Amino acid sequence: MLKGSVGLIALSSLLLSGAAMAQEKIKVGVTATLEGTYTVLGEDGIRGHQTALNVLGKKVGDKELEFIIASTDATPDSAVRAVRKLIEQDKVQILLSPLSGDEGIAVKNFAKTHPELTFINAASGAQETTYVDPAPNFFRYNMDGAQWQVGLGKYAYETKGYRKIATVGEDYSFIYTQVFGLVLEFCGMGGQVTNRQWVPLGTKDFASVIAALPDDVDAIYLGLGGADAVNFLNQYQQAGGKAHLMGGSIMIDQTILSSKGNAKNALIGTLAASGQADTWEDPGWQKFVKDYQDAFPPNKRFPSPSLLATNYYGSTMALILGLRAVNGDLSDNQSKFKTALAKLEIDAPNGKIKLDSNRQAIGTNFVTEVVDDGKGALFSKVVKVIPNVNQTLGYDPAVFAKIGLPSRTVPECKKY
Amino acid sequence: MSVTHDARVSVRTATGVQRPGLRAWPGIDNPAAWIVAIILLIMPLIANGFFLIEIFATTLILGTIALSLMFLAGYGGMVSLMQLTIAGFAAYMVAVFGTSDNANISLGWPWWLAVPMALALATAFGTLGGALAVRTEGIYTIMITLAIGAAFYYFTNQNWAIFNGHTGINNVGTPRFWGINWRADIPFYYIVLGVAALCYFAVEYISRAPFGLALQGVRDNPRRMAALGFNVNAHRVAAYAFASFVAALAGVLQVWNYRQISPGSVSVGACIDILIIAIVGGITRPVGPYIGALIFVLLRTFALDFLVKIGLDGNRFRLLIGLGFLAIVFWSSDGVIGLWQRWRQRATPTRPIGRSGQRSGQGSGHG
Repeated sequence: MLKGSVGLIALSSLLLSGAAMAQEKIKVGVTATLEGTYTVLGEDGIRGHQTALNVLGKKVGDKELEFIIASTDATPDSAVRAVRKLIEQDKVQILLSPLSGDEGIAVKNFAKTHPELTFINAASGAQETTYVDPAPNFFRYNMDGAQWQVGLGKYAYETKGYRKIATVGEDYSFIYTQVFGLVLEFCGMGGQVTNRQWVPLGTKDFASVIAALPDDVDAIYLGLGGADAVNFLNQYQQAGGKAHLMGGSIMIDQTILSSKGNAKNALIGTLAASGQADTWEDPGWQKFVKDYQDAFPPNKRFPSPSLLATNYYGSTMALILGLRAVNGDLSDNQSKFKTALAKLEIDAPNGKIKLDSNRQAIGTNFVTEVVDDGKGALFSKVVKVIPNVNQTLGYDPAVFAKIGLPSRTVPECKKY
Repeated sequence: MSVTHDARVSVRTATGVQRPGLRAWPGIDNPAAWIVAIILLIMPLIANGFFLIEIFATTLILGTIALSLMFLAGYGGMVSLMQLTIAGFAAYMVAVFGTSDNANISLGWPWWLAVPMALALATAFGTLGGALAVRTEGIYTIMITLAIGAAFYYFTNQNWAIFNGHTGINNVGTPRFWGINWRADIPFYYIVLGVAALCYFAVEYISRAPFGLALQGVRDNPRRMAALGFNVNAHRVAAYAFASFVAALAGVLQVWNYRQISPGSVSVGACIDILIIAIVGGITRPVGPYIGALIFVLLRTFALDFLVKIGLDGNRFRLLIGLGFLAIVFWSSDGVIGLWQRWRQRATPTRPIGRSGQRSGQGSGHG
């Protein structure tokens, strides 16, 4: 009994000493989805992050950067829990977080309770995060889901001649934002979106979804990601599906294109749009691909970086360049650092990125088509590059505000 | 209400005989219990914000939810997997009736109206679920309650009108009165500690009150209890009502803790986590769930860091958590409490085994 209480006291003093360590370095917390449906996305995000550290180094002035990684599972609660752990236990001063759409909304809201810290979005792409009531200390150097779809609707309508499409997407904010971008453009051209199906994140059995796909449409748009996308493709192929496909930004991505098995072959020829294209000839992109490939052995990475790797690379780059601009000065509640970040323009692998007044990225978008490289590996090939895509997608802000926030039924299929 | 009343009335006949021997509180003469109580009380002096809230307050909240399961499973023989769902329901109700960022959903009531409303609705929800479940036994109870939990999870995930779908409800308002922000670390810790202590002692008390004794009788031999004139189902439903209230209290604390609630918090996995917590801690005594919760929270928080620190692949941290639980359950079918008791018995082999020894033996039968 006595032993037990002595042990307890020893334990609590141990906890205390661990928590009270002095801070010499700049501590940065990183979250990624290392669990659940989006595990592969999170892992590749971390690879992108490490590639950026290899290229840019971990030193700012005379200060060393220390990174602490925490895991989430794409649910907002897991993201808030991870971020709180990083701030309160690991005492990080800057956060590179999070990966997924709804996590972004929750972390943005959480950021308001810590106005003294700086949050740099790692990869999440829900529109609401920076468009509705943005947090002054939350910076996003990647475009949102709607921006990543710019050009797709127009290309499908004009070049491919699609007139009627149906969509299948995961039932959460990022995919709403993606479908928002697609519908706005496609219906604006005169196309029709006849049916929008929503499946919960983490769906394993797509039988009823596949059975309900309409066959009087020109193409079916897939807004799925990670394990959900692979499951869908397997079951779609087994069901004998032959429709033309269009894909969202995490559907037509190396996380899916380099999955095992041949279900992915259903994707050859699929039209998609994203913040990157695997075969873009820009030297900056080619260098990034090479850095990524050199950093990891071939069996521990994708043949080419995924969108998540690119986003984590970009956000890590912004973090380091922002810190260098102020020489690691985080005094005065990091105000100098925040000002520097807001003004920063980065030469990211996927084109130049600058921020708008909501601290949301304005960047370059790519319309792509999936090709087989002849050796069985699939890549997304550029068919169109669209520079300077802003969050209101080129609409007048007042008109854009009237469309409403992305949801299952917004926007309506009409010309705004 | 009438159900609870019924239960009390029917118990009264049987109490006179059993009561005298079980009137003392266990642990009142146990210095270890006092030391733990004092450490918990002065915790804000020992631990900083992270350990205070993320570890200890979270432990107490999860432990209280698991306590409601322990009450049902340990005293009532009913393994309910919907305890977290009830807590989550209460949390959602606080967000819906109180204030949050989602102005189109939240009604903006002050906390002192929203919380009783949430508690009442969640207790009603749990009682109804219990009324469904009591018609079954054993594995069928587990299945019905799991089905309720799963249905609630998918409902919240896809309902946007009340539950705001996968996004959930953000920036839920927390109470501020008497000039104190009750969500600040130290006041919040004491609220959590107070509620957890209240629930703990309530369960301790009920376990030796006539109602609790009758419930244990129902657990051990429902047919005989029915023959003695007890309304078996009414007792079980009343037990669900009480356990739901305990879980609902913890749910309110949970939403105040994270200021946010979303379907991930009420997922099927999280429901099963509560079962794991209760089993690992031990469901023979009310303190078990809290011990289980502490182990669970420590593993969940530090497994990744620990693996990275010893140079292994951090991605496999779930494996470490699973192995930890497996080890505990393998060596002790009645959880950490069972280990502790066996260790104490071995440490003092000559002393005659007292009441606690008997309890453990009796408990392991259904552990």
